[in-house]
Amino acid sequence: MSSYDFPDARGHFGPYGGVYVAETLMAALDELNAEYARAKADPAFWQEYHYELKHFVGRPSPVYHAKRWSEQLGGAQIYFKREDLNHTGAHKVNNTIGQALLARRMGKKRVIAETGAGQHGVASATVAARYGMECVVYMGSEDVKRQAPNVFRMKLLGATVVPVESGSKTLKDALNEAMRDWVTNIDSTFYILGTAAGPHPYPMLVRDFQRIIGIEAKEQMQEMVGRQPDMVVACVGGGSNAIGIFHPYVDVDGVRLVGVEAGGDGVATGRHAAPLTAGKPGVLHGFRSYLMQDENGQIIETHSVSAGLDYPGVGPEHSLLKDIGRAEYVAINDDEALKAFEDCCHLEGIIPALESSHALAHAAKVAPTMGKDQIILVNLSGRGDKDINTVAALMGLTL
Amino acid sequence: MSRIAETFTRLQAAGEKALIPFITAGDPDPGLTVSLMHGLVEGGADVIELGIPFSDPMADGPVIQRASERALRHKVGLRNVLDMVREFRRSNQQTPVVLMGYLNPVHVLGYEVFAQEAAAAGVDGVLTVDCPPEEAAELSAALIAAKLDPVFLIAPTTPLARVKQIAALARGYVYYVSLKGVTGAGNLDIDDVARKIAALREFIEVPIGVGFGIRDAETARAISTAADAVVVGSRLVQEIEAATPETAKEQLTRLVASLKDAIR
Repeated sequence: MSSYDFPDARGHFGPYGGVYVAETLMAALDELNAEYARAKADPAFWQEYHYELKHFVGRPSPVYHAKRWSEQLGGAQIYFKREDLNHTGAHKVNNTIGQALLARRMGKKRVIAETGAGQHGVASATVAARYGMECVVYMGSEDVKRQAPNVFRMKLLGATVVPVESGSKTLKDALNEAMRDWVTNIDSTFYILGTAAGPHPYPMLVRDFQRIIGIEAKEQMQEMVGRQPDMVVACVGGGSNAIGIFHPYVDVDGVRLVGVEAGGDGVATGRHAAPLTAGKPGVLHGFRSYLMQDENGQIIETHSVSAGLDYPGVGPEHSLLKDIGRAEYVAINDDEALKAFEDCCHLEGIIPALESSHALAHAAKVAPTMGKDQIILVNLSGRGDKDINTVAALMGLTL
Repeated sequence: MSRIAETFTRLQAAGEKALIPFITAGDPDPGLTVSLMHGLVEGGADVIELGIPFSDPMADGPVIQRASERALRHKVGLRNVLDMVREFRRSNQQTPVVLMGYLNPVHVLGYEVFAQEAAAAGVDGVLTVDCPPEEAAELSAALIAAKLDPVFLIAPTTPLARVKQIAALARGYVYYVSLKGVTGAGNLDIDDVARKIAALREFIEVPIGVGFGIRDAETARAISTAADAVVVGSRLVQEIEAATPETAKEQLTRLVASLKDAIR
């Protein structure tokens, strides 16, 4: 695995990734790529990034031993990487800080973002306020209804939230609309893409800003237990929290990497959001990767209890990691995720995001099959405060 | 000589500019498309751009997005689009047809299979908007092997080095995007377009068409003084949107005729 070095200069992760956009966006992507190459080589850039992560976000996020839950399951010891404790409540802010610092280097005064559950929108609105930039967030009108608290949060932070009425009115349509804004306002505007997907250089950029999760975890595991985990588990929508914790472990032998997709009502029902489990390679949103599509190449509507995993594509590096067998990908259904959500609340005193609950559910499923001396590290990518309305509704309650 | 090259040669000899109308296949109903294509020709279309419906048309404005959505309600797939071209060719062997759309429906069919089937159906050129030269090698090779012209976009933001790269790959014609934005936008700057086209002539040997945001006869005329071809899409799709299935062909023909008159 020591030869793992992706993407190539044109953004390809093996047969995946690339730059599949209209000519109108090419110059902007080339400009971003060139600026990131300069920033990457500039120690002052990383110094500021790390300063912000420490003093604004509150990093490093701790690693926590979920003892009671592990005992109850009777197998492997489960540890959480606590991204839920970050400012704004999820891993998303690691990336928005990095991209906002790039935007500032490029002299852009206006940033745009797409959002599904609203976490990336909130993280973008937050950094825009922090650095004094105008912020416009595109959000599917269905998600605007489902995630009202996050919409208000973005507005409190001074952002404009634009509901998107086209297509399925969810995350993928928000992404289309953000791209349309970008192509129209290309001189003034920086597009803060929220996941490790999109045209090159975004998958690389977002991964590099999220790698901090895995880098910290490696040090912390060494400190806490004197070794690395046997398995690292993370949920995968677009895949930014997963690539963030996986990437520093790709070269580490003996660490299984498991990505958990949203199985929705069950993969067999077709009502899910699990392209790596049940999709085929295709081209959408500027990159080639596994996709949920019909026989005509039209993108299929996805289904998941978690808005943040409700996306028909997946970051191209995950497609490569799947094909070369370095990572495994599985699906967890809505009901399994909800059970893990409740168990985590009751047994550990932590309300996890519904997205992260998919990773927790898989850990809880496999832990009993493993030895008590084995370790599973779960990326607890976000907190569940944003999900309480959804969960209450599923319990038949109104808050 | 290809149908596209023949058409431009004939027009240039006559001192005329080409009018290239765009409609989306299957909008508003798959049964109407071939009749609308004939209507475009009756109005004076020199080349037809036929849109392949796609669920996520990232480079299009709301008008053409809605056209895709209407066509997809009838489950119009790429093979249905090829059937429409085949039917059109039964009574029209002269007018070039260029398929315009996004890569994924082509990708899922396979580039070689698509190229062969498209050529057999009577397609002349293919423009996949989200497939820039960097990613186009395989598709272009398949198209050229099937004697189809790969058509490429050039944008106001395209730097000179890329213009040269595109010039080396382009066949049929190149499509200059007249503005920074999506199809149907309203911020077109005619003088700027004229300057850019003049600069492109130094490197581009094939004819240059201009599209995005050309909404009326006056703009079409102004653009045609600099360009070899004028592409009109959103304005025509709006006409289809406003018409009934019974009146769509007649209204479209009339509108195309007025545009053709303006650039003659």
